[in-house]
Amino acid sequence: MALLEVNDIHTFYGNIHALKGVSFEVDNAEIIALIGSNGAGKTTTLRTISGLMAPRGGNIVYDGREISSTRADLLVARGISMVPEGRGVFAKLTVEENLDMGAYVRTDDDVSEDLDSAFEMFPRLQERRKQFAGTLSGGEQQMLAIARALMSRPRLLLLDEPSMGLAPVLVDVVFEAIQRIASEGVTILLVEQNAHMALQIANRGYVLQSGEVAISDTAANLQQNEVVQKTYLGID
Amino acid sequence: MNILASEASRRVLRLGLLSGSFILFAGVIGMIAAFHEREVVNDFISLGQALLLATPFVTSYVATTRMTEAGEDPRVALAGGLAIGLLSALPTVILLLFNSDEYRYLLDASLKLIPFVAASYLAWKSHAQGNEMRQAAATWLISALLIGIVTFGFALIFEVKGDLRGVLVHVDRDWVEVVTFDHRNELWTGIGFLLAASAGAGLAGVIMRIMPDIPRRALLYGLGVTLLVGAFGETVRLILQENLDRDTLREIFRRDTLRQNSAAVLFIVSTAAGFLWAMFGGRAQSQFAALDNSSRHKIRNLGMLVFAALLLALPWLIGRTLSDVAVTIGIFVLMGLGLNIAIGLAGLLDLGYVTNYAVGAYILAVLTSIGPLGLFKGSFTFWMVIPIALLAAMCAGFLFAVPVLRMRGDYLAIATLGFGEIIGKLALSDWLKPLIGGAQGVQNIPKPFLFATELKNPEQLYYIVLVASLVTLFVSIRLNNSRTGRQWMAIREDEDVATAMGIDTARAKLLAFTLSAATGGVAGAIFAAKVGTVFPNSFTVFISINVLSLIIVGGIASNPGIVLGAVVLIGMPELLREFSEFRFLMYGALLILMMINRPQGLIPSKLVMHEVQAGVKTKVSTGD
Repeated sequence: MALLEVNDIHTFYGNIHALKGVSFEVDNAEIIALIGSNGAGKTTTLRTISGLMAPRGGNIVYDGREISSTRADLLVARGISMVPEGRGVFAKLTVEENLDMGAYVRTDDDVSEDLDSAFEMFPRLQERRKQFAGTLSGGEQQMLAIARALMSRPRLLLLDEPSMGLAPVLVDVVFEAIQRIASEGVTILLVEQNAHMALQIANRGYVLQSGEVAISDTAANLQQNEVVQKTYLGID
Repeated sequence: MNILASEASRRVLRLGLLSGSFILFAGVIGMIAAFHEREVVNDFISLGQALLLATPFVTSYVATTRMTEAGEDPRVALAGGLAIGLLSALPTVILLLFNSDEYRYLLDASLKLIPFVAASYLAWKSHAQGNEMRQAAATWLISALLIGIVTFGFALIFEVKGDLRGVLVHVDRDWVEVVTFDHRNELWTGIGFLLAASAGAGLAGVIMRIMPDIPRRALLYGLGVTLLVGAFGETVRLILQENLDRDTLREIFRRDTLRQNSAAVLFIVSTAAGFLWAMFGGRAQSQFAALDNSSRHKIRNLGMLVFAALLLALPWLIGRTLSDVAVTIGIFVLMGLGLNIAIGLAGLLDLGYVTNYAVGAYILAVLTSIGPLGLFKGSFTFWMVIPIALLAAMCAGFLFAVPVLRMRGDYLAIATLGFGEIIGKLALSDWLKPLIGGAQGVQNIPKPFLFATELKNPEQLYYIVLVASLVTLFVSIRLNNSRTGRQWMAIREDEDVATAMGIDTARAKLLAFTLSAATGGVAGAIFAAKVGTVFPNSFTVFISINVLSLIIVGGIASNPGIVLGAVVLIGMPELLREFSEFRFLMYGALLILMMINRPQGLIPSKLVMHEVQAGVKTKVSTGD
């Protein structure tokens, strides 16, 4: 059974119909890429799943239970963690305090272990653990945002544009990290404009166009798809 | 021409004229004459004259700082100081001439000349910027016409009113007397004195700046202490009165002003103290830093002990009048600490804080009053009502928070501002009049009793405020370091991300508003018991604004800062009462200066300090 099922959701900004019946599913331990151009509804889809926005129609089933009207903060405790667009690190807290904040919903005593494994994954963060997050570079902030999202021990990780504004070298670092996280059994839903990178690491992908799913296929097939190549990969 | 073009001389010109305009403005609004009433040193210098001299002094001090940084010759700096001194006096001299009978025609003449001169200047500038002759001519015509209309209007007003005083009511004999240093009848002698004094002050500012560091700091300290003690003579005398006998007091003060001898002694002693500190203070500090942890702790604890003893003994040291001021300050400290929970910790800009204050005050009033509006005619005591007032304020805070939970930032501020207004109107309303007395308010509120002693003096009430403030301080420190504190911190930084961390933002915000309201209720109850009557006009939006200002001036989210902010913003106006209406002007000027030069507050919290130093923007998160 799929870990996440999105069935025909409709989401609005006031009167603007942003998602016009989006449906897809994410299986356990998969990496799924949502690609599409600006305004296609990628971020809105993530915000709807994570509970920051409520859909007006359709439903979302996570782990066998309907969650479309569950509050965002409760979903974190249920294992859905999001790395927001533009990273959203707490600039005035230190790296370590940011990570602590990520473990806010945890009540067990193993938080310090996870802190260690976060530093193991991103050694750069360990060097800067006492530094204010606002003083980190863009790439380091992205690493911090991902590490922080992992601190709640999610089953499903939602990533919104992790490559945005990063130097190509850092994009590689971040995408390697995403693959490692997936290899440890965390399911990943990745929203990206950088379709090229996203499809390289994804199992399957969906192409969003003006609030609807236009194409869905395996990542390998999407890379060969003529429309995708022309529109999103820049290959003529 | 070459000199005028240099950067340094342009700065001198600008600063000098700025300082001159300030002195002119202070005179025209009557500030100088009003300050003249207050003598700093008996028969030697008044506060008005001190203002007249301090302005060029400070200005040239600042100008010299810039010049020495730029590596200018000290002689250039001295010339600059002289120029600043003269320029500072210039506008006042011109006004003196306009105001005198002999030279009145200068005013008429300049009003006629101004349009031509100003228009020619603008036209010349337009031409110099490379515009065509035709355009420059058009500039000339239009500006001459516009400025002409304005100056013609002024001339007409002066004509109708007879003289300058008809328009500028404060340009009167008192003002002339102060600025001419008591030479009202010999105009040119007076102007000479003014120019000489101002130039002297300007030069003194330069000399002070280029002096070696140690004597400079000592002298500045001595001057500052003497000026402060002199200006606040009345307050200082009130404090000394508690501890000295009358004869000694009379030797130091003549009524409320320092005698010349005592001022001289004070200046010498404080300069010597400043000298010693400048010489050895740095060494003492480094020695302190070199100590090992446990002895440093011991010294710190000793310091805390002395401070605590001082706090406990305060009412007996400062006497009744000042204890009253201390109680008022304490009430605002309480509110400041409370509002800081919402603003400083959770980042919720609440402009309706007066609501909680009013709720606390009215609850205490109706429950304990022995007057006609008292519900229980004295069977409820102050101590029983304090927890009730606290709970009632928390309920009010909770109820007001519910509808505004979804709002953020500016919208939240406006909505809470509305609540503050509603409470004021409710207190005044006919509907609630049978309960809380409308405009007449509630009277006959008894003072609190402690073991059968009536706490009727401010000296005694002080301890209630002290205990309440300490409890609040303790709670807010504990809160800040708790899981709840971290929730608030996350919300303050970014509400969406806080949600993504699994924080229930609605609950956290409700909690912040509710806890923040609690101390407001206690403060209101203490206020009602202190004053004995409760009127609706004690609960205006200015209470909210004052509390907000003291938090911002003291340092947002910084507990010691809030205490200091209350002392400065609430205490100062009380002590400066003799400055009458100008104290609000000064208060406003202080706020503006603070926000420009020290936006992080007097004692910034660590977070904010970092933010200002590193120049980290509030939202680093989006893009880049």
